[in-house]
Amino acid sequence: MSTLSGDGTGQRLRAEAVTLGYDKRVISEDLTLAVPDGSFTVIVGANGCGKSTLLRGLARLLKPRSGAVHLDGQAIQRYSSKEVARRLGLLPQAQVAPDGITVADLVARGRYPHQSLLRQWTRDDEEAVREALAATDIGDLAERLVDELSGGQRQRVWLAMALAQRTEILLLDEPTTYLDIAHQVEVLDLCERLRTERGYTLVAVLHDLNLACRYATHLVAMKDGGVVAEGSPADVITEELVEDVYGLACRVVPDPECGTPLVIPRKNVSTTPSAPSEEETR
Amino acid sequence: MTTPRTSPPPVGAPVRRRADPADPAGPSGRGAGAVDLGVRSVRIGPVALPVAPRSVLVVVLLLALAVVVAVCSVLFGEIQMGFPRLVATLSGEGSAFEDYLVMDSRLPRVVNALLIGLALGMSGSIFQTISRNPLGSPDVIGFETGASTGGLVALLVLGSGFAGASVGAVIGGLATAVVVYALALRNGLDGLRLVLIGVGLGALLLSVNSMLIVQADVYDAQEAGGWLVGNLAGASWDGVGWLVVTVSVLCLAAVGLSRPLMIAELADDSAAGLGQRTDRLRMVAIAVGVLLSSIAVAAAGPIVFVALSAPQIARRLTGASGPNLVTSGLTGAVVLVLADHAARELFQPRQVPVGVVTGLIGGAFLAWLLTREWRKGHA
Repeated sequence: MSTLSGDGTGQRLRAEAVTLGYDKRVISEDLTLAVPDGSFTVIVGANGCGKSTLLRGLARLLKPRSGAVHLDGQAIQRYSSKEVARRLGLLPQAQVAPDGITVADLVARGRYPHQSLLRQWTRDDEEAVREALAATDIGDLAERLVDELSGGQRQRVWLAMALAQRTEILLLDEPTTYLDIAHQVEVLDLCERLRTERGYTLVAVLHDLNLACRYATHLVAMKDGGVVAEGSPADVITEELVEDVYGLACRVVPDPECGTPLVIPRKNVSTTPSAPSEEETR
Repeated sequence: MTTPRTSPPPVGAPVRRRADPADPAGPSGRGAGAVDLGVRSVRIGPVALPVAPRSVLVVVLLLALAVVVAVCSVLFGEIQMGFPRLVATLSGEGSAFEDYLVMDSRLPRVVNALLIGLALGMSGSIFQTISRNPLGSPDVIGFETGASTGGLVALLVLGSGFAGASVGAVIGGLATAVVVYALALRNGLDGLRLVLIGVGLGALLLSVNSMLIVQADVYDAQEAGGWLVGNLAGASWDGVGWLVVTVSVLCLAAVGLSRPLMIAELADDSAAGLGQRTDRLRMVAIAVGVLLSSIAVAAAGPIVFVALSAPQIARRLTGASGPNLVTSGLTGAVVLVLADHAARELFQPRQVPVGVVTGLIGGAFLAWLLTREWRKGHA
């Protein structure tokens, strides 16, 4: 839970006492967070609690008013934009695919931070794109137009673009929004594989608490722009915490599938609680 | 774009799952996942460039087409001319009349059309990319009208000559761009907002133009008419020198912006995630784009439709996303030479301004584009 300032080992990405906000509105004040290397860090919290703002801060999209985000032992503002993009990938919440772009073409744009005026397209670029297409299992779609794809396929294309960037740290802002449950699991499985097989460090904002508990190795609960608890899902997710963060009365039972915490909202009408066999309620 | 190994599955086909989806395609890309990416890496010493075969082919064909169209426009018309006579005239052995027809009348007109078309096509491509909207071209969002207002003010109010009017056109175009962007910017750039504000300001400036003409004396007003509708009829060699210099410099600058623009075409956050800040890039790109379109207006008055249509045609030719800057420029050049030929010859013995021809075709094209965008927006 505590992070020592100046301790750079094992934490390539850290936010040190950052104050984040837009225009005159302050969202987070004096927030400190260290992302453990090789972790799947998931940030949860109610709508508007500052999850995405924190992610934008970590990705250098938002400049902190005070404090600093450190990447590899240096304030992130001191790197060039392209250098940041070579170390850290980002999957933003809302993306726009240009008109008439093919999947391969869009994924290839992930190579931009590695290219220069003279070296615009090398073997490495080609290889990275092929690998990203294969990893997200969209090789078959390479020549299709992005506009024609389903939501789940499209999300994998954007993920492939971030993978083609070949950064070991990947920030994902609600990567499962608009996806049905099967596609949500598919995207998160892919993230899990990236972590275990390739040693990626992932930071994701997720809305689904139960999926967050299942996949996170490090869970961060936020409320009113601050971190209220962090640690392993089993330590963080308690009935009290969910009540505090979401204002929701619930039961927390072990997930019959993985043993991770499963949050089950209580019924408004006080009846005898039903057996903990029901699935996902949202 | 054909692929040797995999063919695209039909629309709606289920995605095939491999046993191990994380299996990389292999370092040479010859693994099971080998797909045609549509680009090849071409290396010359330390330089490695992406080459999309189809785009290269399109550029070569367009270059050839531009030459053919230009030559034909000089040869054919109310007065026909054989190719051998053209060669003779160009080498200084033509009759006095041939010399007049080629060197003083048709050739300068065609050369002007090529350069102006190139400038308009590239300008349109830049603006459509940064506004992420095909309607964000300088002729739709009032930048060409603004440039003509600048020209008119210089000519009619300040009483400067045509050289001063050219400077006025550039200033007018830049000022319009600054106003439109200042009004359209709000937490990044919203393409639709930009288009709507531009169309509004353009309508206002059109009225200003009419007012300036009505206020002026008859002789001046007639002379200034060219600033209302684009016209190449009086084109001479006078302006060609500086047109060549400014257009080439700006086109080179535009091509330099091509790669960053390709990234900026994505949403701002995605672009930032790839290491491309969009705010500063946009300013530079706008400056280059406005200068290109304003110089075109300075040379021939506001010629609509070319900047709007050229990038759209270019995209359909190359099948590639991104700004397609070179293809758009070349398409613009070809389109303008053809349009000017029509303006010169279709209504003989009268000639109509080329802006009228492009306006006629452009109106239809704009209507088509609007219905298409409308449907897409409400799908």
